[in-house]
Order: sequence, then C-alpha cells, then structure tokens
Amino acid sequence: MQEPIIKITALSKRYGELKAVDNLDLTIDKGEVFGLLGPNGAGKSTTILMLLGLTEPSQGNVRVCGFDPTSRPLEVKKRVGYLPDDVGFYDDRSGLENLLFTAQLNRIPKADALRRAGQLLDQVGLTADAQKRTGTYSRGMRQRLGLADVLIKNPPVIILDEPTLGIDPQGVREFLDLIVRLSKEQGITVLLSSHHLHQVQQVCDRVGLFVGGRLIADGNIDALSTRLFAMEPFMVEAGVSAADTSATDAGALSQHDIDVLTGLFRDIPDVRSVSYTGELFRIACRQDQTPAVARTVIDHGYLLTLLQKKRYGLDEIYHRYFENGKNYGKTA
Amino acid sequence: MAKLLDGSAASSLRAIRASAAREIRTTAARVIRLLPRAAHSPLTSRPKHPFWVIVSKEMGDHIRSWRFIILLSLIALTCFGSLYTALNSIGTPKATGTGGNASFFFLQLFTATDGTLPSFAIFLNFLGPLLGIAMGFDAVNSELNRGTLSRLLSQPIHRDYLLNAKCMASLLVIAGLFLALTLVTTGLGLLVIGIPPTPAEFIRLLAFTLLTIVYVGFWLNMAILFSVRFRQPATSALTAIAVWLFLTVFYPILIRLAVKAFAPDPSSMAIFPASISGSERTVLDMLRFAPGQLYSDATTTLLMPVVRSLGPLSMDQVAGAIPNPLPVGESIVIVWPQLTGLIAAATACFALSYRSFMRKEIRPR
Repeated sequence: MQEPIIKITALSKRYGELKAVDNLDLTIDKGEVFGLLGPNGAGKSTTILMLLGLTEPSQGNVRVCGFDPTSRPLEVKKRVGYLPDDVGFYDDRSGLENLLFTAQLNRIPKADALRRAGQLLDQVGLTADAQKRTGTYSRGMRQRLGLADVLIKNPPVIILDEPTLGIDPQGVREFLDLIVRLSKEQGITVLLSSHHLHQVQQVCDRVGLFVGGRLIADGNIDALSTRLFAMEPFMVEAGVSAADTSATDAGALSQHDIDVLTGLFRDIPDVRSVSYTGELFRIACRQDQTPAVARTVIDHGYLLTLLQKKRYGLDEIYHRYFENGKNYGKTA
Repeated sequence: MAKLLDGSAASSLRAIRASAAREIRTTAARVIRLLPRAAHSPLTSRPKHPFWVIVSKEMGDHIRSWRFIILLSLIALTCFGSLYTALNSIGTPKATGTGGNASFFFLQLFTATDGTLPSFAIFLNFLGPLLGIAMGFDAVNSELNRGTLSRLLSQPIHRDYLLNAKCMASLLVIAGLFLALTLVTTGLGLLVIGIPPTPAEFIRLLAFTLLTIVYVGFWLNMAILFSVRFRQPATSALTAIAVWLFLTVFYPILIRLAVKAFAPDPSSMAIFPASISGSERTVLDMLRFAPGQLYSDATTTLLMPVVRSLGPLSMDQVAGAIPNPLPVGESIVIVWPQLTGLIAAATACFALSYRSFMRKEIRPR
C-alpha cells in the first residue's frame, strides 16, 4: 500500500466558539480526483487553507506529501498547486507576465518558464490573449489562467477551491474535462471542493460530504447512495384530493383526511415514513409499494391525482445530508 | 642576454597580468553571485532568488503607478521652487552677511528662503510623510482584496518574504528618488552659483539624504502596518494621514497647552531662571515624540553647521564660545539620537506589522 499523498488526522479548527472543522479524518491517495462536497460555510475552504499552511490548525495533524504544512510550509507549497476561488492576478500585467512571475517565484529558469507558459496557455486556450492585461480578462479566462498558473510549477498535487464558480456551463465542462485529462495523463492528484454536486459527480473518483465541519461520508457516489438510503431506497409521491367535489373548496383535504390517510399509508408493509408537504404525500419505503399506495387511496374513496415513484438521485443524497447537517447544527 | 632578460620579464609580466585578470574575474563572479540581481543578468543562468523577484516586481509597480508619478512630480516641483527662492535669497548680500553660515554657501541651497516659499528641508519634512504613506498604505490589503495574496503565498516562498520585499522595494525606490533629487539640486546649484561644495558640505548633504530616507521609511512602515491591520485601503490611508496630521499639527498644540497649564507663573520665573530652562527642555523632549520634530531638529543641525545644540543653552554655557561652525563629525554626533529615534520608530512599526502578518489567516477574498 502506497503512502497517501494527503493524510489528515483528527483535525480541528476553532474560531472562538465556532468550530469550522471538527475532528476531521481524511486520506487521499496518489492520482485520485477527490471531491470535497458541502454547502457554503461547511469548512471546506478552511480545511484547504490548513493543508497549505495558510492557517494553523487548532488541533490535529496534517501531512501533505509527507510534510507538515505548519512547520515545513515550503516543502508543501513546492509540491501543491492551489487555485483559490475567484483567483486574482496583477491587473496591469499581461497573462504571460503573471505566469512568468509565478514561475520565477518557483525558481524556474527563464527559458524553461517561457516554454512551459506557452504550452500551458495553449492547453487552457489563452494563447491569443497571453499579451492582454489580466484586468481585461473575463471570469472564466481568469480561472483558466489560474489553472495554468497552478500547473506551471509542475505540482504532483493540485487543490482547487470552488474552481467553477461563476463560469458558464460550457466553460465549466471544458474546465473540468481539462482537469480530468491532466490528472489522468500526468498522474496528478486533485482535490476539488465544490457545492455543485453534478460537477463533482462528473469528474471525481471519490467524494467526501462535508457538513458543519465534519466529513459525514466519503466514497464514490454509488457507495454513498447505498449507504445512506440502505433503509429506504424508494420514495412514492402521491397527490390526493377529497372525493366530495361538490364542496366549495373542491378537492382540498381537511386535516382529518390527512391524518386518516397518513395512518393508512403507515399500515402498508415496508413503509418507513410518511409525510405531507406541499399537497403531496411522500411515502418512503423499503420495497416498491406504489401499487399498494394507489389501492389504499382509491379503496378509501379518495381521488388519486398524481402518483410517482422516485429513485434517490444525487440531489436527494445532497438534500438528505444537508438536512442532517442542519440538525447537527441545532444539536451542537 | 638583455633580450633574454627582457623576454623573461615580459613573460613573467604576462603571467602576472593573466593571474591578476583571473583573480579579478573570479572576484567579480563572486561579487556578482553575492549581489542581488535586480535585473535579469545574462552572466548567470541561475534563476533569481524569489525575494528579489518580488522586490523587482514591486519596484516596477511603484515606478509605473500613477500615484508615484504624481507624488514624484509634486516633490520635484516644490523642490525646484524652493531651490529658486533659495538662489534668490543667496543672491542678496543680506543672507551672506550673517556669521559663520556664509562659508557654507552650498548648504544654504537647502535651507535658505526669501520668504515666498519654504525651504527644501521644510518641504521634505512636509511631503516626505505623504510619499511614505502613499507607497505603503495599500501594500498588503490591496493584495488581499485583489485575491493575489493567497495565490502568492501558496508559492514556495516564506511568508515574510512578501512583507520584507515590499518594504525593501519601497525603501529602494525612496532612496533612489531622494539621492537623485539631492544630487540634481546640488548640480543645479553648482551650475547657478558656480562654487563647488566642499567635502564637508558633501558629507552633510549625504547625511541629510540618509536622514530623509529614514524619515520617509518611518512613515512607510507605519503605513504598511496599517495596511496589514485594516482590510480596506481607504481606512488604512485615512488612519495613516490622521496620525500624520495629529503628530504634525495637533500634537505640538497639545503640548503647548499642557505646558501653559503646568508651567510656573512668569513672576516666579524671574527669580528661578533654572526653572525656565527646565520647562523648556521638557517641552522639547515631549515634542520629540513626533518624528517630524526629530527630522527638523536633525536637518537643522546637519544643514546649518553653526547650530551647536538642540536644547536651550544657558548664558554660562554660551559665554566664551566662539560662533564657529561645527565640524561634520560633531554635527552628526548631535543628530545621532534623532537618527536612532527615527530608525527605532520605523523598526517598531515594521516589527508590529511583521508580527500581525505572520499569524494572519490568508483567506481568498
């Protein structure tokens, strides 16, 4: 077994009362594309800053490429390329000049730097704009220049913090494709943080779900889905209206009706939970019980206006976890 | 025989010359290796140290920035203006007739005035802080706001490189500027009055330039401190200007008010002359907490060799003294505390900003 390239053990970061990162354990292996998924303020950025030694952990241990970022920041920074969200450049310099400046800071000889900058600008599709001042760049161009800037030092690890924020969908796809291609071609380990689930799903080998400073699950998307919804993989949504249509508020269910129906649904075997929100019953069950639900409604003299069976997709995983996250927040 | 001798002498001479050349070449190479390479040197292919990369970039930024160009032209203009008035007043026999100053003709270029404009030294006392503040007030926070700080600090450089390099770059620019300005003024004066400065005068001028650099360096470091502490460049600029205004305008007023309240009343002063000099001394000491006062004390001493003390002198001390100018060394000894004070204040500001910057959390904007 190879030494993991990033190893975080029992990491915590406190800001006064607030625990931004709470007892985090995480390992990332070489060549992996790891997605750090979580809502805003979940502690993703803080974790990344600690990986780079840009902020000190309150507790715990971080090893990047075998080095501690707090005590040996240079060794880590030599090996890790970091693209912050909304990366900034020196606006009155051209894109190429900005790249060469970074190259110089990494002690890359001028000739090599020029050659490499040319290559990278070509890869990210900015060759035509290389001589323009970065002040005139669009958001997407800046982000692509940022990727070139990260790659110019030829790092074995790159960390991207919300790299696709504010880029149009086409741009996002190209950007992510580029990252995946680079990772596969050159064996670069990528840590990508995002709150865009679909993008993460598109590119990542493995995903960590990050809520309230804790990593509540990690694994590939399939594994996450089976783990989380092991107990209730099916969801039936049913729209029901009252049979007595002659009443003034035609079709609306009284509270009594709702209670009765909820009780009835609960009696169906394998049903785990029933809720009524937004004029819809949501019935979560272990087995597919759609026919039973339909029969129950009709047999008791109600009208079935809508019936659909849902498989849990990524959105549900996401929502599910974030609801949990909120609960964590309340209890903590 | 003679020819042989000649030949051997020539060959040994050649050998000596060759070895000397080799020696010079290796020494030069060593010196070049030690020298900070501000510009890319074709002599060596080894890349620059990151510290000097940042320094040269910062210097480039300063020199290109509008802010610097505007201030530079302002300072140049006022200096030439005051030079003009100084030349006017030097032309009149009244100024040359006063005591020992007459022999230090050249220094009067920097201190003399015909009353229409303040002298060169007083102008620098006033504009120097502005320059220092302008160069430092957004040193760190603008990087933070542009989002370049986290990108920069994720490169393999020590965190203090950034702060040191910014300070170094600004100081180098300031040093270059004031050295050039003093030399240009000297040159123009030379052209107009036609008398070259004596070596003593030249040393005094260099000391004056050094003093000015240290003085502006203090304000620069203070501005950098605010740029680390305040996130908004506007806040840090305003705070720095507020401190400057307080120290130059309000602080002396406050001291005078305080002294008026606490000083013994004039009737008793006549009886105890010692108390007069005592209270005068306290006032001066209090005033010297303001860097502007230190600077003006020091410039006065350096540029007016007849000034022999910065405190009040009693009649006993003056009695028997011949109103001769002091030698350069003595003048420098007199300003030594002022110079050290300015350096200490600048260093304190730098240390504070260093301390708060090193522990700062660098978030992307």
